[in-house]
Amino acid sequence: MAYIKVNQSKVDQKIADKLQDLCPFGAFDYEDAYLSINAACKVCKICVTKGPNGVCEFIEDDRPRIDKSKYKGIAVYIEHHDNKAHPVSWELIGKAQELAKTTKEEIQAILVGSNVEHIAKEALTYGVDRVFVYDKPLYHDFNVETYTHAVEHAFKTFKSNIILMGGTPLGRSFAPRVAARLKTGLTADCTMLDIKPDGDLLQIRPAFGGNIMAKIHTPNHRPQLATIRYKMFDKPEKTEPNGKIIHVDTADISTQTNLELIEILRQPKVDDISDAEVIIAVGRAFKKKEDLALIEPLRKQLNAEVACTRPLIENGWFDPRKQIGLSGRTVKPKLIINLGISGAVQFIEGMKDSECIISINSDDDNKLFELSHYAIKGDIYDILPHLNDRLESILKGAS
Amino acid sequence: MKIISCIKQVPASSNVDVDPDTGVLIRDGNNVKMNPYDLYSLEASYAIQAKAKDAKTHAITMGPPSASEVLKEALFMGTDDASLISDRAFAGADVLATAYTLSQMIRYIGGYDVIVCGKQTTDGDTAQVGPEIAEFLGIPHVPYVKDIISVEHDALIVKSTYDDYEEIVKIKTPCLITIDKGGFVPRLPSYKRKMSFKNNKIPMVSLKDLPDQNPDHYGLNGSPTQVEEIFPPSNDMDTVTINQTPEKTADTLIDILKERRYV
Ligand SMILES: Cc1cc2nc3c(=O)[nH]c(=O)nc-3n(C[C@H](O)[C@H](O)[C@H](O)COP(=O)(O)OP(=O)(O)OC[C@H]3O[C@@H](n4cnc5c(N)ncnc54)[C@H](O)[C@@H]3O)c2cc1C
Ligand SMILES: Nc1ncnc2c1ncn2[C@@H]1O[C@H](COP(=O)(O)O)[C@@H](O)[C@H]1O
Repeated sequence: MAYIKVNQSKVDQKIADKLQDLCPFGAFDYEDAYLSINAACKVCKICVTKGPNGVCEFIEDDRPRIDKSKYKGIAVYIEHHDNKAHPVSWELIGKAQELAKTTKEEIQAILVGSNVEHIAKEALTYGVDRVFVYDKPLYHDFNVETYTHAVEHAFKTFKSNIILMGGTPLGRSFAPRVAARLKTGLTADCTMLDIKPDGDLLQIRPAFGGNIMAKIHTPNHRPQLATIRYKMFDKPEKTEPNGKIIHVDTADISTQTNLELIEILRQPKVDDISDAEVIIAVGRAFKKKEDLALIEPLRKQLNAEVACTRPLIENGWFDPRKQIGLSGRTVKPKLIINLGISGAVQFIEGMKDSECIISINSDDDNKLFELSHYAIKGDIYDILPHLNDRLESILKGAS
Repeated sequence: MKIISCIKQVPASSNVDVDPDTGVLIRDGNNVKMNPYDLYSLEASYAIQAKAKDAKTHAITMGPPSASEVLKEALFMGTDDASLISDRAFAGADVLATAYTLSQMIRYIGGYDVIVCGKQTTDGDTAQVGPEIAEFLGIPHVPYVKDIISVEHDALIVKSTYDDYEEIVKIKTPCLITIDKGGFVPRLPSYKRKMSFKNNKIPMVSLKDLPDQNPDHYGLNGSPTQVEEIFPPSNDMDTVTINQTPEKTADTLIDILKERRYV
């Protein structure tokens, strides 16, 4: 059993205070000269690595290890809607190829649907080695239960080392179902992936709701499952198809389900910020919704999309699809102007690959400045009116 | 009908920061609240209750003993029963172990028809716990529910919202749904209920009460994923810093935009 052991002989009040200060989760209790760890512990091991020497110790798991050599291949689940693949699937194939350079693994795709041969062929053009196709009329509409039966079959038959899924609304409901079925780990919304030569996937994402990144791994379970948001990685170049399409016999796969789709309703489209070339992103510096009028002249001049941070969504100022960040959209515009945004890691993860980043903030001490090409210190309520005057006079001059 | 809501206590502000020298998270541990999505899900449980015959609602949370505060809040809002599940053996639980523990707790309570979860938490933010509980219980789930259209004797009809489409789905009970924001407006805790529950103690369930008591299935040991390392985000960008009067700043901005042919 793995756990954090406290060497009580080394504990006194001072040591206990130190550890209580250090632990971000308040997991140390000190009572009757006994230092115990309570249920708030997340086993981040900071007490082991940064705590007083030798007091906390991580005791490794001594349960039997799985034979990792039995699991090979990096598989991508191909999500599709209306008979078209979701582009996040291709982005993940690109990432899988990068990872496979280290482990020399095969690139696999898992495709479940009805009449999806054309999607399987398209997968081959992105360099997939084998596409496992589960094709029958029953799979016409996505059903989290019947699709889980199919992906379970795929893993048990082909024994992939890793399965990657898009962190789309559908993927975020489907991946956990598959993970629990296969009794394996799942890391949501990874922002980076890396791999060790032995095939252990390093899943990196902001963690514990803070400005901190965690490197997460799945040391003793297969498959290793992760979801990744759309636009986190680049779509790969197409290549000459060289792989194989494997039509899987679905006759023996359970078709059991307690769900019945009655109707699909389309939602009106909102201009998608994911594909915008120019974005003005607004943060909590805006005190009132009406103040957003200050950005109008600039928005018109730049023909920009307006996006925002999460608190503005919580205020109900914008449609949730306008949120940038880990729990919003990933954007890669040519230009992004951030107005009064502090640069929490969850926001930054959604825009850090933008080509030109300009940020205005009245406080020097914000995390966005060091990630910006232009860090402009100042108050938006002072700068924007002047900027609007300039823009107006330029317009006049031009006409 | 029995409706069980899974609710969680989360940090009240997301202003969690990192000490640049030690890489340690600084957060105000005393400042906690109910996960906002769980407020919507409690409200959804009342909506189902109102549409069903003789329905009872029961809220559960897994966390340290202090997390029973959110259960009290649920009782004050209108939930009929509440229980806390807490044990040192649950420390370090990842999504799989958390969902497994909650599914065991739900089996321990027994006789359930509908499980209601929030879409996601504002601290973990995975949206995975609900669907995993459903899988462990072997029941169907529908995510991101915004409307309970009807409650039938062996099924619910619900509307759920994806990015750019919505689905109307019939889901057989027992089942699990996760609740998105927008569809349900959480009520405020009632003063009267507060007074009547004043002396109630929240029952606490621990590992020894659960159907599966093997400690290897819980907490860190039941968690396939492990944190190998935590580190502050890094960057290496060449930044031009501008600190001028507002007028000058506006000029500079125009210059930058001109250079890039936006003006
Ligand atoms: C699990 C999780 C996921 C999250 N996901 C996201 C996400 O996807 N996207 C997201 O955006 N957030 C996300 N958040 C929230 C995130 O942590 C921050 O709370 C949020 O990004 C802060 O928004 P903000 O910068 O607008 O507000 P604040 O942090 O309040 O910053 C406002 C900034 O404006 C500056 N300012 C104030 N007044 C002025 C003025 N007059 N002129 C100029 N500058 C001014 C201040 O100096 C400050 O830097 C998430 C949080 C968690 C816990
Ligand atoms: N510790 C917990 N106790 C009770 N319910 C939880 C807990 N963690 C997560 N949940 C439920 O699962 C939902 C999704 O959480 P998450 O997967 O962490 O985003 C929450 O809204 C709760 O309904």
